[in-house]
Amino acid sequence: MREFRVLSPTAILGYGFPAASFEEGMRRAPHVIAVDAGSTDPGPYYLGSGKSFTDRGAVKRDMEFMLAAAMDANIPVIIGTAGGSGADDHLQWNVDIIKEIAAEKGLSFKMAEISAQIDKNVVKKRLETGGIVAMKAAPAPTVKDIEDSTNIVAQMGHEPIIAALEAGAQVIITGRAYDPTVFAALAIKEGYDAGLALHMGKILECAAIAATPGSGSDCMFGYLRDDCFELATLNPVRKCTTTSVAAHTLYEKSDPTRLPGPGGVLDLTQTTFEQANESTVIVRGSRFIPDDAYFVKLEAAKLLGYRTISFAATADPIMIGQLDKIVEAVKERVHTNFDGITNFFLDFKVYGTNGASFYGNTSRGELCSPLSEAAIIIEAVAQTPELADTICSFARSTLLHFGYEGRKSTAGNLAFPFSPSDFRGGAVYEFSLYCLMATDDACQYFPMKIYDLKKGVPS
Amino acid sequence: MIKLFDVAEVIRSKNSGPYELTFDIMFKDQATFEDFASRNIMTPAVFAKLYGIDEAQVMSVIAFPPSKAVKITIVRPISSGALGEKDVYGAQQHKPLLGFEYS
Repeated sequence: MREFRVLSPTAILGYGFPAASFEEGMRRAPHVIAVDAGSTDPGPYYLGSGKSFTDRGAVKRDMEFMLAAAMDANIPVIIGTAGGSGADDHLQWNVDIIKEIAAEKGLSFKMAEISAQIDKNVVKKRLETGGIVAMKAAPAPTVKDIEDSTNIVAQMGHEPIIAALEAGAQVIITGRAYDPTVFAALAIKEGYDAGLALHMGKILECAAIAATPGSGSDCMFGYLRDDCFELATLNPVRKCTTTSVAAHTLYEKSDPTRLPGPGGVLDLTQTTFEQANESTVIVRGSRFIPDDAYFVKLEAAKLLGYRTISFAATADPIMIGQLDKIVEAVKERVHTNFDGITNFFLDFKVYGTNGASFYGNTSRGELCSPLSEAAIIIEAVAQTPELADTICSFARSTLLHFGYEGRKSTAGNLAFPFSPSDFRGGAVYEFSLYCLMATDDACQYFPMKIYDLKKGVPS
Repeated sequence: MIKLFDVAEVIRSKNSGPYELTFDIMFKDQATFEDFASRNIMTPAVFAKLYGIDEAQVMSVIAFPPSKAVKITIVRPISSGALGEKDVYGAQQHKPLLGFEYS
């Protein structure tokens, strides 16, 4: 029976992997090395600002291994969601790293860049003509949301990557892509079942996170056959078990049996997981059901302002017992102090009580034992960094000397571990679009640039 | 009363995209999972009460036998990273489930 082999070096490009695992993967003669570089998990800042959430040096280290090995074995390397968020700035950031490696190592190959940046006018036109569908939990998009967005990206399916493979590209780097596509595209092109190929990709995209013990910085290997796929670890300390693989199927998804993606749904209602040997798992029965109309998911973020924070703590039981009341009073004081400065956000995150928790018993007084300490982060977000400094600084000094009821410690309410006490957090973004957009064909919004890269120089 | 803490192997929360939070309860043994799932111990109403949220915010409660798991997905209180955020990844919202008991 024919077999298609995929090496997934790491969960996110830049998270790293042991050289021994990677070399073991190459010994198994993969048909493709693929890696997903992205996620919305780190929040809206990275998509909004165009910056990568992975480190340049770490991404370069991973890519050096992958490019050199792929050239030796004469197989393709496919990188999805370049730079973490997959806008054009992220794509170029990663392309520059590839060019640098190719120049340093004297590598030559055919390269394809696939953009996933969507023009605002395209989205506005689609909105006007009813081609935008809101996601269940996200607000319905408006023209203003589109206009306010800095970067809009769409998640591509496997079709634009197949187009790049058909054009002869050996190194393919994409903007925002549906995570499994980079692992599945070449297999689908060669006629393997899309349901099995995409489900294998869905598991490989987090590399050894699906093994036990799990790791985001170790390799995984997939063997795709006509009626099943098999997952294997490449590090003898890790194993794939039916429990670890099935558990991963739940991870970060709303419904483990129905995974919607570009152009269709991955249906796992008939999926079975079988322990093949001590460290590999065979998966069967996953199906891809194409949608009647092809939709891609849009993501975007918008700039809200600039953040300044101050970190402090209190060890005073009388103060801790009244913290809710005290921070409300300080907030009010800040809001009434500055004439004309009203457009800002001020928050006090109180750790030791409910700084991390949205739910459950959040009454600060009740949760704290009288002797515990509480940490407080004062956060100000305003239209300019200077205004955020002003608000944060005033809130900090007001809280420091605030005369609360029953106070015995009259010299100062806060312990500051640092001087200076206040820190600028930079630009603040918020997700502004999260919806589906209809497309006329799967490659429509994902233009490809293809060229020969000779020792790092495009020609 | 059975304490979920005692019979679950895994109790976790995480973002499912920037607008949803999803909770996984994976049971230690098949019998306990089947008992929990077949008697519908966890419903949108039960979860909403435990978390102090409106039942309409609970999007789904799904049993997943291959993992001996029950999964609950809710609308995030705010989109990930928006002003007022406490937990960008949503990975520390599991605590009320740790104290859940059923008979």
